[in-house]
Amino acid sequence: MKLLVAALVALALAAPALAGGERPRAVDLEAELVCPTCKSTLDHSDAPVARRMKAYIRVRIAAGASAGEIKQELVEQFGPGVLAEPPKRGFDLLAWWLPLGGIALAALAVAALAWRWSRSRGPDAAAAPLDPALERRLDDELARFEP
Amino acid sequence: MTTARLRLAGQVLAVAAVAALLALLVWKLVRGSDGGAAAELASGRSPAAPAFTLPRLDTGGELSLASLEGKVVVLNFWASWCLPCKEETPRLQKAWERWRGEGVVVVGIDAQDFRVDAKRFMKRFGVTYPVVYDGKGSLLGRYGVTGFPETFFVSRDGKLVGERVQGEIGDEQLERGIEGALSASP
Repeated sequence: MKLLVAALVALALAAPALAGGERPRAVDLEAELVCPTCKSTLDHSDAPVARRMKAYIRVRIAAGASAGEIKQELVEQFGPGVLAEPPKRGFDLLAWWLPLGGIALAALAVAALAWRWSRSRGPDAAAAPLDPALERRLDDELARFEP
Repeated sequence: MTTARLRLAGQVLAVAAVAALLALLVWKLVRGSDGGAAAELASGRSPAAPAFTLPRLDTGGELSLASLEGKVVVLNFWASWCLPCKEETPRLQKAWERWRGEGVVVVGIDAQDFRVDAKRFMKRFGVTYPVVYDGKGSLLGRYGVTGFPETFFVSRDGKLVGERVQGEIGDEQLERGIEGALSASP
């Protein structure tokens, strides 16, 4: 019984540590956030403000903050421009859907053009019947080569 | 006939789309290279100082530039992570203490910075002049600020005058700027 209680206590204590496995990684966040002065991602910037933001990210991760919380806090300080990717909601969704819409429109346009082109070619010229006089002349010409 | 019309409409549409994109590009290039109010100042004009209303860091509430009309304003853009800002802040504080009785206000604009860092900086350097917070740096483009620190002088009638000081400001530049703004004011 004591062993079972000890195991349950150990599990309860281990839970935060297990949850810690889902902790955000500083390197991931640094690739997803932009330095406001140099406009490159934090992992590629050594600007003073970028260094300060990296330190902030590490402190917040150590305090148990999620990636979303850290990003939100930085957006509140520096504005949405610090996000390397626009948020997937509201008006910013346009940034995600417009390129896809453009590709879909282009594909439709190509398909429509191909369809029109295939129809405008008309019946195969080779299948059209020859003029009787021309056919006769062709037969005569060919007959000359027969042995 | 219908096909010909459709083709013509398509061509017109394509040309219009290309023209619109070209116009957008030109507009962006022209707008991006205007350098804000600083460029106008550099060309010898005295543009109106771009208006703002921003939250204060030294006290609660907000501060608008319009509320300072009738005073000469020294606008100093800074950030706590900027090294030259640390050097010049005591000079700005000294100027504020010397000139405040003569209708001169020093206003710090802390941009692209953490609020908590800015407040710590102000405490460390004993800043008592008004400081506003522009974390997103929304004012930088309108003024044409290209780095920190930068200082502008605003005359009593709200116009940018004198020289815009890029980098750490010296005592003499500060005195000259303030005196110039006072004499430029109606």
